[in-house]
Amino acid sequence: MGILEVKNVGKRFGGLQALSEVELNVAENSCHAIIGPNGAGKSTLLNCFVGKLIPDTGSVMFDGQSVLGRKPYEINQMGISRVFQTPEIFSDLTVQENMMIACFAKRDGAFRMHAVRDMFTEKEIVDKAEAMLEDMNLADKREMHAASMSRGDKRRLEIAMCLSQDPRLLLLDEPTAGMARADTNNTIDLLKQIKDERDITIAIIEHDMHVVFSLADRITVLAQGTPLVEDNPENIKGHPKVREAYLGEAA
Amino acid sequence: MLGLAKKDFTLLAVVVGLTLLAPFILNPFPEGSGMAQFNAGYPDLMQRFVIFGIFAIGFNILFGLTGYLSFGHAAFLGVGSYAAIWMMKLVTTNVIPAMILAIIVAGAFALLVGFITLRRSGIYFSILTLAFAQMSYALAYSVLTPITGGETGLQLKLNDPRILDSALVGGDQARANLFGVNMSSSYEMSVGGWLFTFNAGYYIAAIVMILAFYMAIRIFRSPFGLMLRAVKSNQQRMNFTGLNSRPYTLAAFVISGMYAGLAGGLMVAMDTQVGPERMFWTASGEVVLMTILGGAGTLIGPVLGAGMIKYMENIISKINSTILHQWFAWMPDGLEDFVVAVIYPFIGKGWHLTLGIIFMLVVIFLPGGLVEGGQRIAGLFRRKKTADETSTTPAE
Repeated sequence: MGILEVKNVGKRFGGLQALSEVELNVAENSCHAIIGPNGAGKSTLLNCFVGKLIPDTGSVMFDGQSVLGRKPYEINQMGISRVFQTPEIFSDLTVQENMMIACFAKRDGAFRMHAVRDMFTEKEIVDKAEAMLEDMNLADKREMHAASMSRGDKRRLEIAMCLSQDPRLLLLDEPTAGMARADTNNTIDLLKQIKDERDITIAIIEHDMHVVFSLADRITVLAQGTPLVEDNPENIKGHPKVREAYLGEAA
Repeated sequence: MLGLAKKDFTLLAVVVGLTLLAPFILNPFPEGSGMAQFNAGYPDLMQRFVIFGIFAIGFNILFGLTGYLSFGHAAFLGVGSYAAIWMMKLVTTNVIPAMILAIIVAGAFALLVGFITLRRSGIYFSILTLAFAQMSYALAYSVLTPITGGETGLQLKLNDPRILDSALVGGDQARANLFGVNMSSSYEMSVGGWLFTFNAGYYIAAIVMILAFYMAIRIFRSPFGLMLRAVKSNQQRMNFTGLNSRPYTLAAFVISGMYAGLAGGLMVAMDTQVGPERMFWTASGEVVLMTILGGAGTLIGPVLGAGMIKYMENIISKINSTILHQWFAWMPDGLEDFVVAVIYPFIGKGWHLTLGIIFMLVVIFLPGGLVEGGQRIAGLFRRKKTADETSTTPAE
């Protein structure tokens, strides 16, 4: 039984059947990649996991509980963190404040009114944020405004914020999109390290095959809203159906 | 100190110093001199400075931190005023229960309005709050006349019940007081040509403003304040970090509504009357101008903005063409008339024109408001100083 179980999920936007009969089973502590050509429905599927979209049919179970109909913040509190295609961080705030927000959210839940003490007197939070920044090599940038960092650093910060919440499932939506080769390689190394060092399940959507084959234990190929094959990376590489989906029938 | 970082404590100390010494600072010109009309150290105006300061500090907690631009905050000010005057009419003319009731009633009203309006953000939120404020104004103006006194508003009357107060001695009037100290009582000090007025009402309002400012600093620096800034920065990330932004914005809305209610209560404490025009949309717009002019999201900005606008409203509007002719009497006649004609539209009733120009200049050249202006000037001095220091260091 997997940590994330998707059964018979379908989603229609007007005349477009974006997803149909999607079955997916993400095993605990694995790295599961979802690949597929443009318009295959990868992002739509991911949005169904985090409360941004509600599928028309089917079920999405996380650790035995349905996530459907829950608000994004509730799903996050269940243990699912999401990294976006373009890094979503608090750009107007400093790197340290960004980290502290994530740590507060983990400790205090979706809402807590503590408006009296200075936030820096919360030693537990400050220390946890600092440790995470050290881990991610961002400690020297703690006073910097998040907006002024490089794309790669923004991505690191976003991942750091997600990890500081000790999620059980980390969802990555094309984490290397638009990155330079060096940044991409850094991100791959970072994700490998996270995978090895933590009890965490990773589900990743990615275009870049180099990234997919460096990380994934299991790959699902999505085409026109339906899963085509699911297998380990070795078998996916030479699979005729995959080649067909990516390159068209002529190939 | 007081749970504040050194920088914030210094700021608080400066504000305390300025407000307590305001009767001196605002009266720099001797009585009877030509410049005396620029003196702002009279009780009525000083009270308005601090009351609108409180209003703007509270507004800034909502607008400056969360970025939600409420265009109906005068409604809470008005509701607070009505609550306060009823407290004074029915229970006691002591100002403390009146202020407490003003805060509670305005807070409850803000909870209701916020619960509905915060379903939308951006321009839709602004329009919804504006609609609520205008509805409140219309209710106060006509529909709820039995409670609000309609167009004429409410005043203290001789035959009000005032169940806690002893009966008035013959000929005496009901006055707002603090345990017997009359709000309008003043002590006047004459030094040389100068006349300084120390007014009980002003000092009570000033102490309330200092407390309100102190609480705002605590909120700004708290984890709650951090979350409010997170709302402004990126709500998407906030939701996907497991934080529910709704209760945070609602809490900020209610707190700023309570600040507005407190300001409304203080207005009644200083001048025991209320009218519906206090809730008109221009009053809501004014606090937006104050906050932006001073610097939204900064601690001291709203207070500066409130002071600046109230100063202009009261001082520039008093200049008339006779005064202008006096000023420029040294010019040749034709030129004098010309200069006066050019300046005339900007003074007296035209003070809004001056305000509008200043506002435009600030928004265009100093998007961070007067505070940014101050920082730039400080920056210039600092750069000069560092330059001096580097130049004096001997070359190696």
